Amino acid sequence: MILARVVGTVVATRKDPRLEGKTLLILKPISPEGKDEAGYVVAVDTVSAGNKEKVIAVSGSSARMAEGCKDVPVDTAIVGIVDDVRLDEK
Amino acid sequence: MFLGRVVGSVWSTMKASNLEGQRLLIVQPLSPEMKRTGKQIICTDSTGAGAGELVYWCRGRESSFPFLPKEVPTDATIVGIIDSLDVNRT
Repeated sequence: MILARVVGTVVATRKDPRLEGKTLLILKPISPEGKDEAGYVVAVDTVSAGNKEKVIAVSGSSARMAEGCKDVPVDTAIVGIVDDVRLDEK
Repeated sequence: MFLGRVVGSVWSTMKASNLEGQRLLIVQPLSPEMKRTGKQIICTDSTGAGAGELVYWCRGRESSFPFLPKEVPTDATIVGIIDSLDVNRT
């Protein structure tokens, strides 16, 4: 799973019927320190995340195990809203 | 599967119901020479690994198998704690 920040939404009228009613959000992957990393992903939201919120995103076929995503054509799903990230001192 | 070291943890209250009770740990992937390779990743844990421990982890759909029959939406799981490591370089 990766850490990411919600940076936008996607609106699509014409889409696979199984995606109907699903919220699509644009995510920017971030490092545990909170720095932006390269690229963007579009993810299905299963936890009602809001703009600028730090989230946990699961990718690949495991994304279909998120709530309400069984047999839905998704490869990235938001499965958690991050409260806190703790990095051990090294 | 890959080598890694547990370097931190992530707290999340609002998460997919199947993720409840799972610890989310931040893992730094390592080479057999203990050099950092690639980005830190969030893993679920099936072994009870702790901070700073050397572990091996797997990614992809298979990483949810340790939790069967519960369908945990994860794409990376710590599946073993490493006791010792021998690397032969010719």
